[in-house]
Amino acid sequence: MHIIVCIKQVPGTTQVKINPETNTLIREGVEAIINPFDENAIEAALQLRDKHGGKVTVITMGPPQAVNALKDAIALGVDDVILVSDRAFAGADTWATSYTLSQTIRKIGQYDLIICGKQAIDGDTAQVGPGVAEFLGIPQVTFAVGIEINNGMLKVNRLLEETNEMIELKLPAMLTVVKQINTPRMPSFKGKIKAKNAVVTQWNAKDINAEENKTGLKGSPTSVVKIFTPPPKGGGEILKGSVDEAVDVLVKKLRDRKIC
Amino acid sequence: MSIKIINEKCIGCKICVPVCPVGAISMVDLPAEGNAKPKKKAVIDLDKCNLCGACPSSCKFKAIEIIKEDVHVVDKSQYKGIWVFAEQYENNVHPVVLELLGEGRKLANELKVELCAILLGDASVEGEAKDLISYGADKVYVAIADELKHYTTLPYTTMISKMIKQYKPEIVLFGATTTGRDCASRIAARINAGLTADCTGLAIDKETKLLQQTRPAFGGNIMATIICKNHRPQMSTVRPKVFKKAVPDKGRKGEIIKVPAKIDQGDLLVKVINIIKDTTVKVNLSEAEIIVSGGRGLQAPENFKLVEELAEVIGGAVGASRATVDAGWISSHHQVGQTGKTVCPKLYIAVGISGAIQHLAGMQSSDIIVAINRDPDAPIFKVATYGIVGDLFEVVPKLTRKLKEVRG
Repeated sequence: MHIIVCIKQVPGTTQVKINPETNTLIREGVEAIINPFDENAIEAALQLRDKHGGKVTVITMGPPQAVNALKDAIALGVDDVILVSDRAFAGADTWATSYTLSQTIRKIGQYDLIICGKQAIDGDTAQVGPGVAEFLGIPQVTFAVGIEINNGMLKVNRLLEETNEMIELKLPAMLTVVKQINTPRMPSFKGKIKAKNAVVTQWNAKDINAEENKTGLKGSPTSVVKIFTPPPKGGGEILKGSVDEAVDVLVKKLRDRKIC
Repeated sequence: MSIKIINEKCIGCKICVPVCPVGAISMVDLPAEGNAKPKKKAVIDLDKCNLCGACPSSCKFKAIEIIKEDVHVVDKSQYKGIWVFAEQYENNVHPVVLELLGEGRKLANELKVELCAILLGDASVEGEAKDLISYGADKVYVAIADELKHYTTLPYTTMISKMIKQYKPEIVLFGATTTGRDCASRIAARINAGLTADCTGLAIDKETKLLQQTRPAFGGNIMATIICKNHRPQMSTVRPKVFKKAVPDKGRKGEIIKVPAKIDQGDLLVKVINIIKDTTVKVNLSEAEIIVSGGRGLQAPENFKLVEELAEVIGGAVGASRATVDAGWISSHHQVGQTGKTVCPKLYIAVGISGAIQHLAGMQSSDIIVAINRDPDAPIFKVATYGIVGDLFEVVPKLTRKLKEVRG
């Protein structure tokens, strides 16, 4: 079985802070990481491979430095990695990104399953997985919290707002996974050595036969016109006094604001 | 397709440097002329720049320009009207649809166009169409087929894409629910439309009449406004509980249009074999006006009952931090935060939650936030409207009792 995992390199948002004076993002010291949901996607793929045999290929679209995310994936034990990188891809929105990844997968050729994280923690769109599935013309199951494969049939447990939905479909398919599906493994020592020495395959727009009008900023229907930091929430009030006093004041404030 | 600094306009103020998320902007000294001091100018490293659009809006002197060639030009004059996807589950229209109709009405009035709803389901769904009219729809397009009773991606995508192609709306709004996000993403890819995820602000640009879609990114640390200039329709998924529900008017007149639904057998690849309802969810988090959430400070799973009792007294839903879900104290349907649900109730009470940034990302837009925590330095107090520093095992029972008292 051949499983392809699409990942994104993102800034570790837990470290992103706002400079209160200039109201801008402080970028210094923020390291680039594999999008956490994509780590779950890699883990899900590795578990399926370990059970059913086959191989796992990880792909990413990004600038040259995104190679580091792929090396991290090698350290986790994936079999193959490909970086698709080209100046022509810069400024891609989710439509153009989906197209570019789907062209990459077409170039790879045979596959049984594609797994993506449910969304990336920088953009939070959850749009690229379904976009890739549409461009490839295969069915999708989003928000998977459990995956089983039996004789080419896929059984997926979807985590929805209030319910779990049990789904059955045939391979090939595209899945997006939620955090709760598994706990990603740590890289092994052997894996780290392998990653260090790995030469990563790199493809450009021409290699994947990407039409210029469908990639990057040019191929993107949407564009960002403004980025701003939301006004910080007005300073809160710590209710002083004994617990009884604080509780009384709180209840009065909530009643005054007609909350409860 | 490129970005450039207009040297005549750049005054070397450096404001753009920290704005760049990939660190592509630096300052260089321009050679001095005569006796003048050397001037600083911004330069962009094109190998790093990903044309994200952050810097042009940060520059007060309009010295940074992204030049975008227009490629895909549709005849925009053919696209008219605003559509709302009336997502339904067992013939109950999702509450976010009523919010979309409320906000959609305003946008439609501003553009002087019709507001329409699209409703898909089996024959029993038809009764909902009238309600959608009373909530503000001028027209409801109804597509009926047994295969559309329960949402699955492909039959819905094909049906809605066909309807969009036939009737050509300029704007289509979806709730940013699991269904809305699953469906809208697939449709946008199919019909080559622009889609903006999880919007919290919608407006019409006075001059261009384009839809300005504002949304949080980086876990709510920054906001971005996004437009879709040349593609139609302009599509958005919209975060639930951000906009006010439309006020129903039973006497409102509207038109119900039945659209023939022919299901492509090739779209029936995915079978829903079972739906399991989580019986511990009494009030749906995303819909709740009040949420009481528990965190690791509760110390043991049985102590969640303190949270449940408080929630019950004020008619709220029970939420939880990731730590408690990971520890198996409560099911993941209760989880609030970046990996769980994003909520914005009128009142959010955080009990024994320290407030990791991932948790804050899921609840910081709540109207009023109350934090109860022993640690005065817990980050949750930074976003709290009211904080009580104290032992939750003392504070929460007292608060529950007091609220019971005053509410009678």
